[in-house]
Amino acid sequence: MYTFSSKLKTFSLILMVLGIIGIGIGFVSVPNKEEVKEMMENAHGDHHGQANSHESHATHEVASGHHDTHQSEVNHKEEGHDAHLEHVLHQQQNKPWSAFYVACIFFMLLTVGVLAFYAIQQAAQAGWSPILFRVMEGITGYLLPGSVIFFVFLVLSGFHMNHLFVWMDETEVAKDHLLQAKSGYLNVPFFLIRAVVFLGGWNLYRYFSRRNSIAQDDATDVSFYKKNFKLAAAFLVFFIVSESIMSWDWIMSVDPHWYSTLFGWYVFASFFVSGITVIALITLYLKSKGYLEQVNTSHIHDLAKFMFGISIFWTYLWFSQFMLIWYSDIPEEVTYFVFRIENYKLPFFGMLVMNFVFPVLILINTDFKRLSWIITMAGIVILFGHYIDFYNMIMPATVGDQWFIGWAELGSIAFFLGLFIFVVFTTLTKASLFAKGNPLMEESKHFHY
Amino acid sequence: MTNKVIHAIYNDDDVLMDAVKQTRAAHHHIEEVYTPFPVHGLDKAMGLAPTRIAIASFLYGLVGLSVATAMMRFIMIVDWPQDIGGKPSFSYIDNMPAFVPIMFEMTVFFAAHLMVITFYMRSKLWPFKKAENPDVRTTDDHFLMEVGVHGNEEDMVSFFKSTGAVEVKVIEKH
Repeated sequence: MYTFSSKLKTFSLILMVLGIIGIGIGFVSVPNKEEVKEMMENAHGDHHGQANSHESHATHEVASGHHDTHQSEVNHKEEGHDAHLEHVLHQQQNKPWSAFYVACIFFMLLTVGVLAFYAIQQAAQAGWSPILFRVMEGITGYLLPGSVIFFVFLVLSGFHMNHLFVWMDETEVAKDHLLQAKSGYLNVPFFLIRAVVFLGGWNLYRYFSRRNSIAQDDATDVSFYKKNFKLAAAFLVFFIVSESIMSWDWIMSVDPHWYSTLFGWYVFASFFVSGITVIALITLYLKSKGYLEQVNTSHIHDLAKFMFGISIFWTYLWFSQFMLIWYSDIPEEVTYFVFRIENYKLPFFGMLVMNFVFPVLILINTDFKRLSWIITMAGIVILFGHYIDFYNMIMPATVGDQWFIGWAELGSIAFFLGLFIFVVFTTLTKASLFAKGNPLMEESKHFHY
Repeated sequence: MTNKVIHAIYNDDDVLMDAVKQTRAAHHHIEEVYTPFPVHGLDKAMGLAPTRIAIASFLYGLVGLSVATAMMRFIMIVDWPQDIGGKPSFSYIDNMPAFVPIMFEMTVFFAAHLMVITFYMRSKLWPFKKAENPDVRTTDDHFLMEVGVHGNEEDMVSFFKSTGAVEVKVIEKH
């Protein structure tokens, strides 16, 4: 049995408290209309200062001199200015909400990734992994609290507490022909019903597979194992459908004018590799504390191979999506990437380095895949990379070019990381770390690559 | 000068593995082991150095990537930067996404083929090569360990008999 070390517990509680403070600062420091106006005027002033030194801006100067003489144009300009002010204000107001949302969906989907990995191992009757099943079950313990918080967030969005989902705003939909055409699918009641079905389905699978797994420990036959096998197969079918639709609902719909067929797979690859990385990191932690003696370097090696392979799979999907859109350059699709490359250059290409170049060069070596410190280092880079991946998917649509990784973002990460650690390690104390009833356990114990 | 070797023949891979370990422990030098199929762990038991072919392959892959990059940069950007359907051919990075499929395939092509050729050369395999098979049964269901004879021949024969060999032969090798 695992006992939650008091040090780690304190650490997770501190993270949560710091996180709440950070999120609080994020919400409190949202500028009001006057402050945004001032901010923009300052930025405008700078702009003019630069303009003097840039010849290319000379025409702009001429234009501003020009419209002084035309009253109608001034009015028009003022209107445009107000609309711009409104826009920036909305983006500023969205910032703490988006920061919370990104961290919330990242940690929740990461557990879903672990759940999918777990189901695949069950359905494939993998001989190497049963020794890690309790670790995976411990991680998926976060699924329930994570999805409850996430669902509450969606309900709050549905009640117009924030402005993340443009299509939830009726005045916007009234102005927008494209949103009207999509309102049969993108409407709040149907959206929430889908969320209930998907989150419910995943949580039910998690609940029953965990219960069967524990019941199998003291069983005299393998009936619970067989039940879990069937359950895993059924879950995987449900999962792949729900995962695809989930990615349209919760991520793609923040950009409701844009669509991509590959998107579901792309999102899946992102949280799947994060999930596997978390399994590896928690396994290494527990092993270093002496709780998983029978886990040997071959198990770690296998996890590292998955981290390596799925990182490349993620890159393949990222590139396939990017290159197809870049190549054809259709205006209605390409704006998605144009905006990201113009305003999110560092996170957009930085995540490619973190999620592809780094793992490919580090984890290609067989000897490295057996070293704990290499896996830990690569794992941390991969997790940060995929957080930024989610950041890149959500933020450009909700806060636009007003992004910054500040109090709200770091606070949200800290809060959810603390909660994640707290829930996962509490779940790990609930059952033996050794799923002794699993008929493949003996093989798994002696697994050697 | 004659060079004598012992051919110890086994009919089971587990027996072979044990025999290899005993032979190593008795400090007889194993010249070669012939098996009809790969025996898992045999290289470790014999104390063979690990292969470096993966490292070679990685380097070949880098060569392939360089070839692809240099080729397309010269053709598409330097030599004749045409406007083909509005693709930006001002610099390599501008048009890179279009080149990635070729860069990828060339990397794989070089890595795979040069590695295979390296394998053939290092293993001395080629068409019309004379087979070096000491006993035809080793391609079917027998395992043969070849050990150089140094010291007492009688003792060595009885040693290999005791390791479970179904047949022990002393051969003059030229």
